[in-house]
Amino acid sequence: MSADTLTIRNLTIEYQAKRGAVQAVRGIDLDVRRSEALALIGESGSGKTTIGLGIVRLLVSTAKITSGELIFRRFGIGGQVEKEFDVLKLSPRELRAFRWKDCAMVFQAALNAFNPVLRISAQFGDTARAHRYLHGEALRKRAYELFDLVRLDPERVWNAYPHELSGGMRQRVLIALGLLLDPPMLILDEPTTALDILTQRNIMDVLKDLREKLRFSLVFISHDLSLAAELADRIATVYAGRVVELGNVYDTFQNPQHPYTIGLINAVPTLTTHRDKVSSIPGSPPDLIDLPSGCKFHPRCPLAIEKCKLEEPELVPTSGPEHLAACWRWQEAKQILMPSAAEAELRNAKQER
Amino acid sequence: MIPLVHKLADFWRETIKTLKLIARNKMGFVGFILLLLLILMSFVGPLIVQPEVRADITQIYKPPSWAHPLGTDFQGRENWIMLVHGGAEVIEVAFLAGVMTTIIAVIVGAFSAFLGGKADELIMTVTDVWLALPRGILLIVTAYFVSLQDVWALALFLSVFGWPSLARQVRSQFLSLKKREYVEAAQLLNLGTPHILFREMLPNMMSYILIALIESMTGAIYSQTYLVFLGLVPFGNNWGVLFSLAYAKNAIYNTNAMSSLLVPMGGIVLLQLSLIMFSRSLEEIFNPRLRTGV
Amino acid sequence: MNTPLIELKHLTRRFQVKRNVFITAVNDVSLSLNPGEIVCLVGESGCGKTTTGKMMAGLLKPSEGQILYNGQDLAQLEGEAWKRYRLGVQMIHQDPYASLNPSHTIYDIVSAPLRHHRITNGEKETRAAAIELLENVDLTPAADLLDKFPHQLSGGQRQRVSVARALTVSPKFIIADEAVSMVDVSIRISLLNTLLKLKDKNGLAVLFITHDLALAKYFAWEGRIGVMYLGKLVEVAPAQQLVAAPQHPYTKVLLSAIPEADPERTRHKPRIELRSMDVPSLLRLPSGCAFHPRCPYFAGEKCEKVIPELTHFVDGSAVACHPVRAQRAAEIVDERAR
Repeated sequence: MSADTLTIRNLTIEYQAKRGAVQAVRGIDLDVRRSEALALIGESGSGKTTIGLGIVRLLVSTAKITSGELIFRRFGIGGQVEKEFDVLKLSPRELRAFRWKDCAMVFQAALNAFNPVLRISAQFGDTARAHRYLHGEALRKRAYELFDLVRLDPERVWNAYPHELSGGMRQRVLIALGLLLDPPMLILDEPTTALDILTQRNIMDVLKDLREKLRFSLVFISHDLSLAAELADRIATVYAGRVVELGNVYDTFQNPQHPYTIGLINAVPTLTTHRDKVSSIPGSPPDLIDLPSGCKFHPRCPLAIEKCKLEEPELVPTSGPEHLAACWRWQEAKQILMPSAAEAELRNAKQER
Repeated sequence: MIPLVHKLADFWRETIKTLKLIARNKMGFVGFILLLLLILMSFVGPLIVQPEVRADITQIYKPPSWAHPLGTDFQGRENWIMLVHGGAEVIEVAFLAGVMTTIIAVIVGAFSAFLGGKADELIMTVTDVWLALPRGILLIVTAYFVSLQDVWALALFLSVFGWPSLARQVRSQFLSLKKREYVEAAQLLNLGTPHILFREMLPNMMSYILIALIESMTGAIYSQTYLVFLGLVPFGNNWGVLFSLAYAKNAIYNTNAMSSLLVPMGGIVLLQLSLIMFSRSLEEIFNPRLRTGV
Repeated sequence: MNTPLIELKHLTRRFQVKRNVFITAVNDVSLSLNPGEIVCLVGESGCGKTTTGKMMAGLLKPSEGQILYNGQDLAQLEGEAWKRYRLGVQMIHQDPYASLNPSHTIYDIVSAPLRHHRITNGEKETRAAAIELLENVDLTPAADLLDKFPHQLSGGQRQRVSVARALTVSPKFIIADEAVSMVDVSIRISLLNTLLKLKDKNGLAVLFITHDLALAKYFAWEGRIGVMYLGKLVEVAPAQQLVAAPQHPYTKVLLSAIPEADPERTRHKPRIELRSMDVPSLLRLPSGCAFHPRCPYFAGEKCEKVIPELTHFVDGSAVACHPVRAQRAAEIVDERAR
């Protein structure tokens, strides 16, 4: 029996639009392991945010989960599974409890998440009351503890109004609020987007610190590869509503298998890369209402062959059992698209020999 | 010849598209149809139905029946015929007053927003003073001194009183558009003030201006009915006059005469309602996103 | 010596926030660009980079200082000379959704300046020119796009239309304000490459404003990067040099804080910690060097009291920092000799 925190099977989510159904998430299988940091990376419209919203079932009314199951497991102190349930089958009341006690989500727009006329203390009070959690002095103590963890000055923040805090501080308050009921899983949507470099660095350090101390599972959604490189244990690359590559962070960056992942890595210049090594992925992200046939990446893929246009590849093990990719030509992809990295690997292999 | 055919075909396509967009919003569509029917009744109806010219003393204040579908008035005239003949004037005044009010408001608002600084302050102060005057009383007092014998005079009169609040709204719309990046880009390209005002800003305000136009039309209908009711505007047998006469001839104390009050009132209410409902679908018509069907 | 295309001389811009309360968004900035040169202006939000760009584009008037275009003071330009400047400097905005008029087709957008300035005559010529412009910014098939509305295009395509629109008047200088930050990651580079191609082809000078240093290094590979902090230009240097060997403490901190898309490298990157995480408010700027309360290399009284000047060094860099100036005293370029 699997002992992952969350097991997603065949999750399919559609949005109703005037032109037709937007296929945002198309039959995803994904596991969130205990205490791991899993990054969902992809471009806007890839469906990564919808997956996050689907897990906590906070989708807008035009979205529908058409199939799938989301098995969540609560663990006891000894590490044994205490309770196992399908999030999609929870009653509204159970769902409310699930959202804070089992799995908290912090959204992208950090300012809009707050009620502007309430002090931070009141926002904590409301959340705690809704879940019959601590109140009064005990709640304040707990909040101060969390503020310390996210490196905020408790005295200053507790009595502040949201607008008195900077963007980075608000983001950290939200993370603290998410952790109030000590959930075993936290979902962050674009945790550092729209923040300045130094603030981003601070949030990343806070998150690393928190994970070490509290050992929760972290799922974060981002278009920023370097954030994933910094924080994640595993990376799921999402394209057109599907996971196209899944693997440990080192494997994914040093030995990417899917042409899209390779394309993304090549498309993002870093401080150390030479200008000539950077190149865009041709074309633009697909129209989710009118998806291409076969592999959804084939119109942009330099390796596409006839088969790619006809059949959509499944996620299969590649270089190792833990490193999966959904591509018919994964074996050649890196060789052709990332020659320098492939050479370096060959050199390493020779040296080891 | 060929370009003309093309133009006509284009026009036809656009018209169909516009009708489809109106139909998207149920409420707006109902309003549109209702408005069309009222206009048809008031402008085509009088060509078909002979007006009531003589009084019939034997048939005063009859309730609705087969012989008199909507009852009769204090002179024994058919209410339905009066209804058909009493609409044109109300609609004309409403339309003219609405258009004039909107023109004044757009010019004042646009100038104020575009000039900015001291000129803006001055114009807005005048607007505020105008806005603060007790307009109901002013309307009555002025109407007493100015003779308002025709539709144009009344419309102009109403618009002189109606523009300030709309001018303020137009100004704030212009101010917000002025900061848009595409307006900034047009400034950088030195496309000139007329281009920026009429090509960049105005098209994006059309739905807003049309809704404002309809608002001022409804305002004009209220004001004119009010003046007619008070006997300050003495023309025609329009709905307002009919209502006023029925009231003056004690219809309110006579259950049989109810219809004489309700019929002209119904005309006014339906006209207002159709305009307000129709304005709901205007936003969709002018939204290019909806026009191209995405 | 050649006259620079555009030159900022001790440029300052203040904004009134309340009665008698002003903030200084740009503070005594001097910078010049030569024809065909690329400069990236980098900094965090509120550092004044966008305000600097808007002043150069003529959308904001400086409170103090001068902007020279081809050696002539902007404030004195009139008539034809002013028009040459106005069309010579164009801007690409950040938000591709707000920078194109939603009620105009792509053809309307691109043809308006062509017609207004009589660059083309007649419908046929205008249409052909519009197609050529769109092809120039790698929008193909251009003919199919002409009759579309902005909302029917992707963010990247819209941004290309913005570039094409700017090119209608054959500018000499383009200011791109965060022009790719709202475009999908996978296509950012191709958009930048289009700009680089145009720079080579048309001899354009480009000021690229961004918060992303890695992107700045890519774009300004052969140009320069300027780093701003709280309204001040704290360091300017050739792009590769600035990233490889930063001089100003703020630049060093920034570079050490940026994560890299490589887990091995990013997790073992040496970090320089700030003395304080609090960003000072523009309303109450620290005395002396504005960075001193946070500076890891804080060197006492001088940093607290004296505002450091931007000092030019022989290697082409310029830094506004007391300790750096003291250390590199021998390498200082004599201002009067320049």
